[in-house]
Amino acid sequence: MIRVALPLHLRTLAGVNGDVELEVQGEVTRRSILDALETRYPMLRGTIRDHVAGQRRPFLRFFACGEDVTHEPVDAPLPQAVDSGAETFYVIGAIAGG
Amino acid sequence: MSSVRVLVGTRKGAFILTADGKREKWDVSGPHFAGWELYHVKGSPADPNRIYASQTSGWFGQIIQRSDDGGQTWFQPGTPAGLPTVNEDGMPMGESNKFVYDTSEETGKPLTTHQFYDGTPHPWEFKRVWHLEPSLDDPDTVYAGVEDAALFRSTDGGQSWHELAGLRGHGTGSQWQPGAGGMCLHTILLDPQNRERIFVAISAAGAFRSDDAGANWKPINQGLHSQYIPNPTAEVGHCVHRIAMHPSNSNVLFMQKHWDVLRSDNAGDSWTEISGNLPTDFGFVIDVHAHEPETVYVVPIKSDSEHYPLDGKLTVYRSRAGGNEWEALTNGLPQSNCYVNVLRDAMAIDRLDSCGVYFGTTGGQVYMSPDGGDTWNPIVRDLPAVLSVEVQTLV
Repeated sequence: MIRVALPLHLRTLAGVNGDVELEVQGEVTRRSILDALETRYPMLRGTIRDHVAGQRRPFLRFFACGEDVTHEPVDAPLPQAVDSGAETFYVIGAIAGG
Repeated sequence: MSSVRVLVGTRKGAFILTADGKREKWDVSGPHFAGWELYHVKGSPADPNRIYASQTSGWFGQIIQRSDDGGQTWFQPGTPAGLPTVNEDGMPMGESNKFVYDTSEETGKPLTTHQFYDGTPHPWEFKRVWHLEPSLDDPDTVYAGVEDAALFRSTDGGQSWHELAGLRGHGTGSQWQPGAGGMCLHTILLDPQNRERIFVAISAAGAFRSDDAGANWKPINQGLHSQYIPNPTAEVGHCVHRIAMHPSNSNVLFMQKHWDVLRSDNAGDSWTEISGNLPTDFGFVIDVHAHEPETVYVVPIKSDSEHYPLDGKLTVYRSRAGGNEWEALTNGLPQSNCYVNVLRDAMAIDRLDSCGVYFGTTGGQVYMSPDGGDTWNPIVRDLPAVLSVEVQTLV
Protein backbone atom coordinates (compact mmCIF):
# COMPACT_ATOMS: atom_id res chain seq x y z
CA MET A 1 0.00 0.00 0.00
CA ILE A 2 1.43 3.35 -1.09
CA ARG A 3 0.83 6.39 1.08
CA VAL A 4 0.50 9.78 -0.62
CA ALA A 5 0.36 13.17 1.11
CA LEU A 6 -1.55 15.86 -0.77
CA PRO A 7 -1.76 19.63 -0.27
CA LEU A 8 -4.82 20.82 1.67
CA HIS A 9 -6.73 22.03 -1.38
CA LEU A 10 -6.33 18.72 -3.17
CA ARG A 11 -7.43 16.81 -0.07
CA THR A 12 -10.51 19.01 -0.01
CA LEU A 13 -11.22 18.33 -3.66
CA ALA A 14 -10.79 14.59 -3.20
CA GLY A 15 -12.84 14.62 -0.03
CA VAL A 16 -10.17 12.93 2.08
CA ASN A 17 -8.54 13.61 5.42
CA GLY A 18 -4.88 12.84 5.92
CA ASP A 19 -2.78 10.68 3.66
CA VAL A 20 -4.26 8.77 0.74
CA GLU A 21 -3.55 5.04 0.54
CA LEU A 22 -3.30 3.49 -2.90
CA GLU A 23 -2.70 0.14 -4.50
CA VAL A 24 -0.23 0.61 -7.35
CA GLN A 25 0.07 -2.01 -10.05
CA GLY A 26 3.59 -2.88 -11.23
CA GLU A 27 6.66 -0.84 -10.48
CA VAL A 28 6.20 2.09 -8.16
CA THR A 29 7.17 5.25 -10.02
CA ARG A 30 5.92 8.79 -10.03
CA ARG A 31 3.82 8.04 -13.08
CA SER A 32 2.28 4.87 -11.66
CA ILE A 33 1.44 6.62 -8.38
CA LEU A 34 -0.22 9.54 -10.16
CA ASP A 35 -2.07 7.17 -12.50
CA ALA A 36 -3.42 5.27 -9.49
CA LEU A 37 -4.24 8.50 -7.67
CA GLU A 38 -6.20 9.94 -10.60
CA THR A 39 -8.04 6.67 -11.18
CA ARG A 40 -9.13 6.54 -7.56
CA TYR A 41 -9.83 10.29 -7.37
CA PRO A 42 -10.70 11.46 -10.89
CA MET A 43 -11.53 14.91 -9.62
CA LEU A 44 -7.78 15.41 -9.26
CA ARG A 45 -7.12 14.93 -12.96
CA GLY A 46 -5.49 18.06 -14.31
CA THR A 47 -4.63 19.44 -10.88
CA ILE A 48 -1.18 17.87 -10.55
CA ARG A 49 -0.23 17.31 -14.17
CA ASP A 50 -1.61 18.42 -17.49
CA HIS A 51 -4.50 16.41 -18.90
CA VAL A 52 -2.93 15.73 -22.25
CA ALA A 53 0.83 16.07 -22.01
CA GLY A 54 1.07 14.81 -18.46
CA GLN A 55 3.40 17.70 -17.67
CA ARG A 56 3.80 18.58 -13.97
CA ARG A 57 2.11 21.81 -12.95
CA PRO A 58 4.88 24.36 -12.33
CA PHE A 59 4.14 25.13 -8.67
CA LEU A 60 4.15 21.50 -7.56
CA ARG A 61 7.04 19.26 -6.53
CA PHE A 62 7.42 15.67 -5.38
CA PHE A 63 9.38 14.32 -2.43
CA ALA A 64 10.13 10.81 -1.21
CA CYS A 65 12.32 9.69 1.71
CA GLY A 66 13.42 13.27 2.28
CA GLU A 67 14.66 13.63 -1.28
CA ASP A 68 13.35 15.90 -4.01
CA VAL A 69 12.37 13.57 -6.84
CA THR A 70 10.66 16.26 -8.90
CA HIS A 71 13.21 16.21 -11.66
CA GLU A 72 13.82 12.48 -11.73
CA PRO A 73 12.40 10.67 -14.78
CA VAL A 74 8.68 10.00 -14.31
CA ASP A 75 9.26 6.28 -14.79
CA ALA A 76 12.25 6.00 -12.45
CA PRO A 77 11.61 3.54 -9.62
CA LEU A 78 10.95 5.19 -6.28
CA PRO A 79 12.69 3.96 -3.11
CA GLN A 80 11.59 0.64 -1.65
CA ALA A 81 10.41 2.41 1.48
CA VAL A 82 7.72 4.16 -0.58
CA ASP A 83 6.80 0.87 -2.21
CA SER A 84 6.37 -0.80 1.18
CA GLY A 85 4.39 2.09 2.65
CA ALA A 86 7.04 2.81 5.26
CA GLU A 87 7.61 6.26 3.75
CA THR A 88 5.07 8.69 2.31
CA PHE A 89 5.18 10.09 -1.20
CA TYR A 90 4.64 13.84 -0.92
CA VAL A 91 2.98 16.18 -3.42
CA ILE A 92 4.05 19.64 -2.28
CA GLY A 93 2.75 23.04 -3.38
CA ALA A 94 5.11 25.99 -3.61
CA ILE A 95 4.97 28.38 -0.68
CA ALA A 96 3.96 31.52 -2.50
CA GLY A 97 1.05 33.80 -3.15
CA GLY A 98 -1.05 36.16 -1.10
CA MET B 1 -42.39 37.28 -2.88
CA SER B 2 -39.44 38.05 -5.07
CA SER B 3 -35.91 37.67 -3.83
CA VAL B 4 -32.38 38.08 -5.11
CA ARG B 5 -29.31 35.89 -4.93
CA VAL B 6 -25.97 37.59 -5.53
CA LEU B 7 -23.11 35.31 -6.60
CA VAL B 8 -19.73 36.76 -5.72
CA GLY B 9 -16.41 35.36 -6.91
CA THR B 10 -13.32 36.46 -4.98
CA ARG B 11 -9.61 35.77 -4.77
CA LYS B 12 -10.22 33.37 -1.89
CA GLY B 13 -13.55 31.71 -2.53
CA ALA B 14 -17.16 32.30 -3.50
CA PHE B 15 -19.86 33.97 -1.44
CA ILE B 16 -23.62 33.94 -1.89
CA LEU B 17 -25.61 36.93 -0.67
CA THR B 18 -29.39 36.58 -0.46
CA ALA B 19 -32.21 38.96 0.40
CA ASP B 20 -35.91 39.37 -0.18
CA GLY B 21 -37.21 41.86 -2.71
CA LYS B 22 -36.70 44.79 -0.36
CA ARG B 23 -32.96 44.08 -0.46
CA GLU B 24 -32.41 45.48 3.02
CA LYS B 25 -31.41 42.45 5.11
CA TRP B 26 -28.83 40.11 3.69
CA ASP B 27 -27.72 36.60 4.50
CA VAL B 28 -24.16 35.75 3.57
CA SER B 29 -22.91 32.22 2.95
CA GLY B 30 -19.34 31.24 2.22
CA PRO B 31 -16.57 31.03 1.58
CA HIS B 32 -17.35 28.24 -0.82
CA PHE B 33 -14.18 26.62 -2.21
CA ALA B 34 -12.18 28.48 0.42
CA GLY B 35 -8.72 29.54 -0.60
CA TRP B 36 -9.29 29.19 -4.35
CA GLU B 37 -9.76 31.93 -6.89
CA LEU B 38 -13.35 32.05 -8.10
CA TYR B 39 -13.20 33.94 -11.35
CA HIS B 40 -16.90 33.66 -12.09
CA VAL B 41 -20.09 32.20 -10.68
CA LYS B 42 -23.29 32.39 -12.71
CA GLY B 43 -26.76 30.88 -12.63
CA SER B 44 -28.78 29.47 -15.50
CA PRO B 45 -31.58 31.70 -16.79
CA ALA B 46 -33.50 28.52 -17.60
CA ASP B 47 -33.16 26.99 -14.12
CA PRO B 48 -32.10 29.37 -11.33
CA ASN B 49 -31.09 26.48 -9.08
CA ARG B 50 -28.44 25.49 -11.60
CA ILE B 51 -25.27 27.48 -10.92
CA TYR B 52 -21.85 27.07 -12.50
CA ALA B 53 -18.59 28.20 -10.89
CA SER B 54 -15.06 28.56 -12.21
CA GLN B 55 -12.65 27.56 -9.44
CA THR B 56 -9.03 28.07 -10.32
CA SER B 57 -5.55 28.09 -8.84
CA GLY B 58 -2.06 28.86 -9.97
CA TRP B 59 -1.02 25.66 -8.23
CA PHE B 60 -3.72 23.20 -9.18
CA GLY B 61 -5.30 24.51 -12.35
CA GLN B 62 -8.95 24.65 -13.35
CA ILE B 63 -11.96 23.10 -11.65
CA ILE B 64 -15.58 23.48 -12.76
CA GLN B 65 -18.15 23.28 -9.98
CA ARG B 66 -21.90 22.98 -10.33
CA SER B 67 -24.82 23.34 -7.97
CA ASP B 68 -28.32 22.06 -8.68
CA ASP B 69 -29.87 23.47 -5.52
CA GLY B 70 -29.17 27.17 -5.70
CA GLY B 71 -25.70 27.02 -4.22
CA GLN B 72 -26.41 24.96 -1.10
CA THR B 73 -24.33 22.02 -2.31
CA TRP B 74 -21.75 21.73 -5.07
CA PHE B 75 -20.05 19.02 -7.07
CA GLN B 76 -17.76 18.66 -10.03
CA PRO B 77 -20.15 17.69 -12.80
CA GLY B 78 -17.74 15.12 -14.20
CA THR B 79 -17.80 13.34 -10.86
CA PRO B 80 -21.30 13.66 -9.35
CA ALA B 81 -21.46 13.14 -5.62
CA GLY B 82 -22.47 9.63 -4.68
CA LEU B 83 -22.04 8.21 -8.16
CA PRO B 84 -19.18 5.99 -9.33
CA THR B 85 -16.05 7.90 -10.24
CA VAL B 86 -14.98 5.32 -12.80
CA ASN B 87 -16.89 3.79 -15.68
CA GLU B 88 -17.46 0.09 -16.38
CA ASP B 89 -13.97 -0.19 -17.81
CA GLY B 90 -12.46 1.35 -14.73
CA MET B 91 -11.59 4.58 -16.52
CA PRO B 92 -11.87 7.90 -14.71
CA MET B 93 -14.96 9.95 -15.43
CA GLY B 94 -13.72 13.29 -14.15
CA GLU B 95 -13.65 15.32 -17.33
CA SER B 96 -15.23 18.52 -16.14
CA ASN B 97 -11.94 20.32 -15.60
CA LYS B 98 -10.53 19.27 -18.97
CA PHE B 99 -10.19 22.09 -21.48
CA VAL B 100 -8.26 20.98 -24.53
CA TYR B 101 -8.07 23.11 -27.65
CA ASP B 102 -9.72 21.35 -30.57
CA THR B 103 -7.12 20.62 -33.23
CA SER B 104 -9.02 17.82 -34.91
CA GLU B 105 -9.39 17.82 -38.68
CA GLU B 106 -13.16 17.50 -38.43
CA THR B 107 -14.10 20.39 -36.14
CA GLY B 108 -10.86 21.97 -34.94
CA LYS B 109 -8.21 24.43 -35.97
CA PRO B 110 -4.43 24.01 -35.82
CA LEU B 111 -2.82 25.15 -32.59
CA THR B 112 -0.97 28.18 -33.92
CA THR B 113 0.57 31.09 -32.05
CA HIS B 114 -0.56 34.45 -30.75
CA GLN B 115 1.69 37.37 -29.83
CA PHE B 116 3.33 37.39 -26.43
CA TYR B 117 3.88 40.60 -24.47
CA ASP B 118 7.10 41.29 -26.37
CA GLY B 119 5.51 40.64 -29.75
CA THR B 120 7.11 37.24 -30.25
CA PRO B 121 4.97 34.27 -31.31
CA HIS B 122 3.68 32.24 -28.37
CA PRO B 123 1.70 29.00 -28.48
CA TRP B 124 -1.80 28.80 -27.09
CA GLU B 125 -1.74 27.41 -23.53
CA PHE B 126 -4.88 26.87 -21.48
CA LYS B 127 -4.68 28.59 -18.08
CA ARG B 128 -8.14 29.19 -16.62
CA VAL B 129 -11.80 29.91 -17.21
CA TRP B 130 -12.59 33.59 -16.82
CA HIS B 131 -16.29 33.59 -17.60
CA LEU B 132 -19.15 31.09 -17.66
CA GLU B 133 -22.29 31.96 -19.61
CA PRO B 134 -25.18 29.52 -19.22
CA SER B 135 -27.55 29.13 -22.16
CA LEU B 136 -30.74 31.16 -22.13
CA ASP B 137 -32.85 28.03 -22.72
CA ASP B 138 -31.04 24.88 -21.64
CA PRO B 139 -29.59 24.45 -18.14
CA ASP B 140 -27.16 21.82 -19.43
CA THR B 141 -25.61 24.09 -22.04
CA VAL B 142 -23.01 26.57 -20.86
CA TYR B 143 -20.22 28.50 -22.55
CA ALA B 144 -16.77 29.14 -21.08
CA GLY B 145 -14.44 31.96 -22.00
CA VAL B 146 -10.88 30.95 -21.25
CA GLU B 147 -7.27 32.14 -21.12
CA ASP B 148 -5.46 31.76 -23.55
CA ALA B 149 -8.39 33.17 -25.41
CA ALA B 150 -10.88 30.65 -26.76
CA LEU B 151 -14.52 29.75 -26.39
CA PHE B 152 -15.65 26.36 -25.09
CA ARG B 153 -19.14 24.89 -24.78
CA SER B 154 -20.58 22.12 -22.70
CA THR B 155 -23.93 20.56 -23.55
CA ASP B 156 -23.96 18.04 -20.70
CA GLY B 157 -24.10 20.28 -17.68
CA GLY B 158 -20.39 20.95 -17.52
CA GLN B 159 -19.29 17.32 -17.55
CA SER B 160 -17.26 17.76 -20.71
CA TRP B 161 -16.17 20.71 -22.81
CA HIS B 162 -15.56 21.24 -26.49
CA GLU B 163 -13.86 24.21 -28.06
CA LEU B 164 -15.68 26.25 -30.69
CA ALA B 165 -12.43 26.51 -32.59
CA GLY B 166 -13.76 28.76 -35.33
CA LEU B 167 -13.06 31.74 -33.09
CA ARG B 168 -9.43 30.97 -32.23
CA GLY B 169 -8.80 29.86 -35.79
CA HIS B 170 -10.75 32.41 -37.80
CA GLY B 171 -7.58 34.09 -39.04
CA THR B 172 -6.54 37.01 -36.85
CA GLY B 173 -5.41 34.91 -33.89
CA SER B 174 -1.74 35.40 -34.66
CA GLN B 175 -2.20 39.12 -33.95
CA TRP B 176 -3.89 38.73 -30.57
CA GLN B 177 -1.83 39.54 -27.50
CA PRO B 178 -2.31 39.39 -23.75
CA GLY B 179 -3.35 42.32 -21.63
CA ALA B 180 -1.87 42.72 -18.18
CA GLY B 181 -4.28 40.09 -16.83
CA GLY B 182 -3.51 37.58 -19.55
CA MET B 183 -5.00 36.86 -22.96
CA CYS B 184 -8.49 36.17 -21.77
CA LEU B 185 -11.91 35.75 -23.29
CA HIS B 186 -13.90 37.52 -20.59
CA THR B 187 -17.24 38.51 -22.08
CA ILE B 188 -19.87 36.26 -23.65
CA LEU B 189 -23.22 37.72 -24.68
CA LEU B 190 -25.95 35.41 -25.97
CA ASP B 191 -28.48 37.25 -28.09
CA PRO B 192 -32.02 36.64 -26.78
CA GLN B 193 -33.53 37.85 -30.06
CA ASN B 194 -31.33 35.81 -32.37
CA ARG B 195 -30.29 32.48 -30.88
CA GLU B 196 -27.66 31.98 -33.56
CA ARG B 197 -25.81 35.14 -32.54
CA ILE B 198 -23.03 35.28 -29.95
CA PHE B 199 -20.78 38.20 -29.03
CA VAL B 200 -17.47 37.75 -27.21
CA ALA B 201 -14.68 40.09 -26.15
CA ILE B 202 -11.00 39.33 -25.66
CA SER B 203 -8.18 41.28 -24.04
CA ALA B 204 -6.29 42.32 -26.03
CA ALA B 205 -7.84 41.38 -29.32
CA GLY B 206 -11.22 43.06 -29.38
CA ALA B 207 -14.84 42.11 -29.92
CA PHE B 208 -16.06 39.30 -32.17
CA ARG B 209 -19.44 38.08 -33.39
CA SER B 210 -20.80 34.81 -34.62
CA ASP B 211 -24.08 34.62 -36.53
CA ASP B 212 -24.16 30.83 -36.72
CA ALA B 213 -24.10 29.71 -33.09
CA GLY B 214 -20.34 29.87 -32.73
CA ALA B 215 -19.14 28.09 -35.86
CA ASN B 216 -17.76 31.13 -37.68
CA TRP B 217 -16.59 34.48 -36.33
CA LYS B 218 -15.58 37.92 -37.45
CA PRO B 219 -13.96 40.86 -35.66
CA ILE B 220 -16.33 43.75 -34.92
CA ASN B 221 -13.97 46.56 -33.99
CA GLN B 222 -14.61 49.25 -36.58
CA GLY B 223 -14.63 52.63 -34.87
CA LEU B 224 -12.38 51.60 -32.00
CA HIS B 225 -9.33 53.81 -31.60
CA SER B 226 -6.49 52.62 -29.36
CA GLN B 227 -3.42 54.82 -29.06
CA TYR B 228 -1.41 52.08 -27.38
CA ILE B 229 -1.16 49.85 -30.46
CA PRO B 230 0.93 50.54 -33.58
CA ASN B 231 -2.13 51.00 -35.77
CA PRO B 232 -4.76 52.65 -33.54
CA THR B 233 -7.62 51.59 -35.81
CA ALA B 234 -6.44 48.02 -36.50
CA GLU B 235 -8.97 45.27 -37.11
CA VAL B 236 -7.80 43.50 -33.92
CA GLY B 237 -5.53 44.26 -30.98
CA HIS B 238 -7.88 46.45 -28.94
CA CYS B 239 -8.15 45.88 -25.21
CA VAL B 240 -11.89 45.64 -24.83
CA HIS B 241 -12.72 45.36 -21.13
CA ARG B 242 -16.42 44.61 -21.21
CA ILE B 243 -19.50 44.64 -23.43
CA ALA B 244 -23.13 44.86 -22.29
CA MET B 245 -26.52 44.78 -23.98
CA HIS B 246 -30.15 45.17 -23.04
CA PRO B 247 -32.13 42.04 -23.88
CA SER B 248 -34.90 44.03 -25.57
CA ASN B 249 -32.58 45.47 -28.21
CA SER B 250 -29.58 43.31 -28.94
CA ASN B 251 -28.44 45.44 -31.87
CA VAL B 252 -27.34 48.03 -29.33
CA LEU B 253 -24.11 47.21 -27.55
CA PHE B 254 -22.21 49.23 -24.97
CA MET B 255 -18.46 48.84 -24.51
CA GLN B 256 -15.97 49.84 -21.85
CA LYS B 257 -12.63 49.70 -23.58
CA HIS B 258 -9.24 50.11 -21.90
CA TRP B 259 -9.77 53.80 -22.53
CA ASP B 260 -13.06 55.00 -24.10
CA VAL B 261 -16.71 54.11 -23.60
CA LEU B 262 -18.48 53.28 -26.85
CA ARG B 263 -21.78 52.11 -28.29
CA SER B 264 -22.85 50.29 -31.41
CA ASP B 265 -26.32 50.47 -32.93
CA ASN B 266 -25.71 47.75 -35.50
CA ALA B 267 -24.64 44.70 -33.49
CA GLY B 268 -21.02 45.72 -33.44
CA ASP B 269 -20.53 46.49 -37.13
CA SER B 270 -19.39 49.97 -36.11
CA TRP B 271 -18.79 51.80 -32.84
CA THR B 272 -19.09 55.40 -31.70
CA GLU B 273 -17.44 56.90 -28.64
CA ILE B 274 -19.90 58.04 -25.97
CA SER B 275 -17.49 59.06 -23.21
CA GLY B 276 -18.96 62.58 -23.26
CA ASN B 277 -18.49 64.33 -19.93
CA LEU B 278 -16.98 61.42 -18.01
CA PRO B 279 -14.06 62.70 -15.90
CA THR B 280 -11.95 59.76 -17.15
CA ASP B 281 -13.09 57.10 -19.57
CA PHE B 282 -10.76 54.35 -18.42
CA GLY B 283 -12.55 51.58 -16.56
CA PHE B 284 -13.57 47.95 -16.57
CA VAL B 285 -17.29 47.44 -15.96
CA ILE B 286 -20.30 48.54 -17.95
CA ASP B 287 -23.92 47.46 -17.60
CA VAL B 288 -27.45 48.42 -18.65
CA HIS B 289 -30.54 49.14 -16.52
CA ALA B 290 -33.03 46.26 -16.43
CA HIS B 291 -36.00 48.26 -17.71
CA GLU B 292 -34.44 51.27 -19.43
CA PRO B 293 -32.40 50.15 -22.46
CA GLU B 294 -30.69 53.53 -22.80
CA THR B 295 -29.64 53.79 -19.15
CA VAL B 296 -26.01 52.73 -18.79
CA TYR B 297 -23.62 52.46 -15.83
CA VAL B 298 -19.83 52.69 -15.67
CA VAL B 299 -17.29 53.11 -12.87
CA PRO B 300 -14.51 55.40 -14.14
CA ILE B 301 -11.01 54.52 -12.98
CA LYS B 302 -8.26 57.12 -12.97
CA SER B 303 -5.96 55.64 -15.59
CA ASP B 304 -4.36 52.50 -16.98
CA SER B 305 -1.46 52.91 -14.57
CA GLU B 306 -3.49 54.05 -11.55
CA HIS B 307 -6.30 51.54 -11.09
CA TYR B 308 -8.43 53.39 -8.55
CA PRO B 309 -11.17 56.03 -8.58
CA LEU B 310 -10.32 59.59 -9.43
CA ASP B 311 -9.39 61.62 -6.33
CA GLY B 312 -10.12 58.65 -4.09
CA LYS B 313 -13.89 59.10 -4.59
CA LEU B 314 -15.74 55.94 -5.60
CA THR B 315 -18.33 57.08 -8.13
CA VAL B 316 -20.70 55.29 -10.46
CA TYR B 317 -21.67 57.26 -13.54
CA ARG B 318 -25.08 56.83 -15.14
CA SER B 319 -26.24 57.96 -18.52
CA ARG B 320 -29.98 57.95 -19.21
CA ALA B 321 -29.37 58.98 -22.81
CA GLY B 322 -27.42 55.99 -24.00
CA GLY B 323 -24.12 57.77 -23.45
CA ASN B 324 -22.39 61.14 -23.78
CA GLU B 325 -24.36 62.76 -20.95
CA TRP B 326 -23.31 61.24 -17.62
CA GLU B 327 -24.29 61.99 -14.02
CA ALA B 328 -22.21 61.12 -10.99
CA LEU B 329 -23.83 58.78 -8.44
CA THR B 330 -22.17 59.05 -5.04
CA ASN B 331 -24.89 58.76 -2.40
CA GLY B 332 -23.63 56.09 -0.02
CA LEU B 333 -20.30 55.51 -1.72
CA PRO B 334 -16.99 56.51 -0.06
CA GLN B 335 -15.92 59.98 -1.16
CA SER B 336 -12.48 60.12 0.36
CA ASN B 337 -9.44 57.87 0.59
CA CYS B 338 -10.95 55.13 -1.57
CA TYR B 339 -8.40 53.41 -3.79
CA VAL B 340 -10.09 50.19 -4.85
CA ASN B 341 -10.69 48.89 -8.35
CA VAL B 342 -13.85 47.41 -9.87
CA LEU B 343 -12.92 44.54 -12.18
CA ARG B 344 -14.60 43.75 -15.47
CA ASP B 345 -16.99 41.02 -14.34
CA ALA B 346 -17.87 42.71 -11.04
CA MET B 347 -21.07 44.60 -11.90
CA ALA B 348 -24.57 43.17 -12.24
CA ILE B 349 -28.20 44.23 -12.49
CA ASP B 350 -31.29 42.63 -10.98
CA ARG B 351 -34.66 42.67 -12.69
CA LEU B 352 -36.96 43.77 -9.88
CA ASP B 353 -39.37 46.62 -10.62
CA SER B 354 -37.05 49.03 -8.88
CA CYS B 355 -33.87 47.97 -10.64
CA GLY B 356 -31.01 46.94 -8.37
CA VAL B 357 -27.42 47.64 -9.37
CA TYR B 358 -24.52 45.77 -7.75
CA PHE B 359 -20.76 45.96 -7.94
CA GLY B 360 -17.81 44.51 -6.05
CA THR B 361 -14.40 46.02 -5.40
CA THR B 362 -10.86 44.78 -5.00
CA GLY B 363 -11.17 46.01 -1.41
CA GLY B 364 -13.77 43.33 -0.71
CA GLN B 365 -16.87 45.50 -0.63
CA VAL B 366 -20.05 44.62 -2.49
CA TYR B 367 -22.25 47.67 -2.95
CA MET B 368 -25.83 47.65 -4.12
CA SER B 369 -28.34 50.25 -5.10
CA PRO B 370 -32.04 49.33 -4.82
CA ASP B 371 -33.13 52.36 -6.86
CA GLY B 372 -31.22 52.29 -10.10
CA GLY B 373 -28.15 53.99 -8.69
CA ASP B 374 -29.64 56.90 -6.74
CA THR B 375 -28.49 55.50 -3.37
CA TRP B 376 -25.92 52.86 -2.46
CA ASN B 377 -25.34 50.57 0.50
CA PRO B 378 -22.61 48.04 1.21
CA ILE B 379 -23.94 44.48 1.55
CA VAL B 380 -20.55 43.31 2.82
CA ARG B 381 -17.36 45.25 3.43
CA ASP B 382 -14.57 42.81 4.11
CA LEU B 383 -14.54 39.98 1.60
CA PRO B 384 -11.37 39.05 -0.28
CA ALA B 385 -10.81 41.03 -3.47
CA VAL B 386 -13.92 40.67 -5.63
CA LEU B 387 -13.42 39.24 -9.10
CA SER B 388 -17.03 38.88 -10.23
CA VAL B 389 -20.58 39.70 -9.25
CA GLU B 390 -23.72 38.19 -10.74
CA VAL B 391 -27.28 38.47 -9.50
CA GLN B 392 -30.28 36.20 -9.91
CA THR B 393 -33.76 37.63 -9.60
CA LEU B 394 -35.94 34.89 -8.10
CA VAL B 395 -39.72 34.92 -8.24
